[in-house]
Amino acid sequence: MSNFLSVNVPKFTSAFSAIAIFFIVLGVIFTIAGRANGRKARPIALTIFLGPALILLLAGVVIPGVRTILFSFMNPDSNGWVGFANYQWMIEDPNVKVIMVNTILWILVVPLFTAALGLLLAVMLDRIKHESIPKSLLFMPMAISFVGASIIFKFVYEYNEPGEVQIGLLSAVVKFFGMTPSNWMLSKPLNTFLLMIIYVWTQMGFGMVILSAAIKGVPADIVEASALDGASGWRLFRNITFPMVKGTFIVVLATGVVGALKVFDIVRTMTGGNFSTNVLANEMYSQTFVQFDQGKGSALAVVLFLLVAPILIYNIKSLRKERTH
Amino acid sequence: MAKKLAEHNPGRKIFSSKIATTVVWFVTIIWTIPTLGLLITSFKGEKAILDQAWWTTLLHPSFTFANYKGVFLGDGSESLSAGVLPYFVNSIVITLPATIFPIVIATMAAYALAWIRFRGSDFLFFSIFALQVVPLQMALIPLLLLFTGGAHIGSIAIFPALGIAGKFAGIWLPHTMFALPLAIYLLHNFIAGLPRDLMEAAYVDGANHFTVFRRIVLPLAVPGIASIAIFQFLWVWNDLLVALTFASGTEEVAPINSKLASLVGQYGSGYTQLSAGAFITIAIPLIVFFSLQRYFVRGLLAGSVK
Repeated sequence: MSNFLSVNVPKFTSAFSAIAIFFIVLGVIFTIAGRANGRKARPIALTIFLGPALILLLAGVVIPGVRTILFSFMNPDSNGWVGFANYQWMIEDPNVKVIMVNTILWILVVPLFTAALGLLLAVMLDRIKHESIPKSLLFMPMAISFVGASIIFKFVYEYNEPGEVQIGLLSAVVKFFGMTPSNWMLSKPLNTFLLMIIYVWTQMGFGMVILSAAIKGVPADIVEASALDGASGWRLFRNITFPMVKGTFIVVLATGVVGALKVFDIVRTMTGGNFSTNVLANEMYSQTFVQFDQGKGSALAVVLFLLVAPILIYNIKSLRKERTH
Repeated sequence: MAKKLAEHNPGRKIFSSKIATTVVWFVTIIWTIPTLGLLITSFKGEKAILDQAWWTTLLHPSFTFANYKGVFLGDGSESLSAGVLPYFVNSIVITLPATIFPIVIATMAAYALAWIRFRGSDFLFFSIFALQVVPLQMALIPLLLLFTGGAHIGSIAIFPALGIAGKFAGIWLPHTMFALPLAIYLLHNFIAGLPRDLMEAAYVDGANHFTVFRRIVLPLAVPGIASIAIFQFLWVWNDLLVALTFASGTEEVAPINSKLASLVGQYGSGYTQLSAGAFITIAIPLIVFFSLQRYFVRGLLAGSVK
């Protein structure tokens, strides 16, 4: 116990003293700078309010971003130019081909399932009593880290030799229906889809909650008018409800694409990218920190950036539009 | 109003509410079972986990707290000699400053961009806003190099090595940097919407920007700040990439999430460690989720572009 205290008390002390120093410095600066008046007051205030953020953004995002682009044209140790060699490697290497195919699969499958299931549940939640309980249970996995979710599903996907007790839910269900379970994480291409299920499980609630809000926002009089015109059931959904929430649906899809492109934790935790499950973001990490090839790692990061940026720009634009409505 | 209409007008019903109730609860049960399975597994002994599926255990209940004790304080095994407690402490020590620093700095910047107008302030806001599209991966390598070796042009050092790699400060800083674009953008939305009359009355009374920020902006922006802070807290607590890159994986600084990820791949780490360890890791986010659900939802929806 005394050992525990001697190790951990200093850790807490460092955190709390960092926070305390942070606020004391701010307080002192605020007090001193607050005394300034006249023509200098405004520029001083501006520098103090905006300066820290700008320095951190410059040092932490802008300059590193530019350096990563430069590194992508350099050798593993980033001390000599190699032209487009790292990008050429991406086109030619058969392992990268597998990664690209998997990444495309992730982009195609994951957003569609997340958004479609989210929409279905949002529509149905609108129809039931006591919606808050299922809603929060369905949304709960969003609070769980991808690592935590992966371990939860590691137990679901657990496999034992035939004849032994199947302690994994998936294996047990498969056996119950008279089929033979297999070692799921080793069976390609199924394993990639099983990893996708983990992602869909955590992220579906997000689509459901914002689509649910959008459906509740559909004006009642429009629905009423078309119901009087005889629209009902599926036709009402297709002609009225869906067009009204289409914008939100596309935002959910786009968010899913970005998430699928950046997926890292699940693959890293479940398979480490082995057994043909590798994806772009995991390969970026492996090249950089396992193979120590900063050139290839940077090139993969740049590709990730180029893929993610246009979708995010679209997403931010439509979210903004929605907010101003 | 919509609900009332639906009751009076069956035309609105796309699915009858009976089918809807059945489907929703069916999916909810499927969605909850994996977590429930882990929870039950985490209270079983090693042998019971291997010999008996968790749903069978429900029929013959026999539970133990030994896993949690072993995982928390150490079970003498090679993979977890000292337990996850030090990593749990690290997670707290990482997460608190990595939430407070960016939120305070972002609130200040958002105030300046919204209320201290200057030439180019719109352009600057738009630039910060645009930085949201830069993925974390674009900054990892150069930032790590900066922390370990400083920055050079040719052989001239233009920036000294910070020497904070593998220390807590070396994890707080990247989290603070990466959180800023989104936090500034969201807080700007919030702070720019504060009543102009109130702000102007304060300036006319002779209050300077520092006073207005402390006395008016901060108190009024608390709901917005809270939801963004919760989102940032969960983001840092659940993060793996920053932790793997900037914490060396050691007991001194690595957070519990990265320890857990390494346990999965480690030969000899048992089911008891994994199940109890995972539940300890997700307990904090789940507590936050169930107790602050409204803020959580708001923060998550706002921050969904990250």
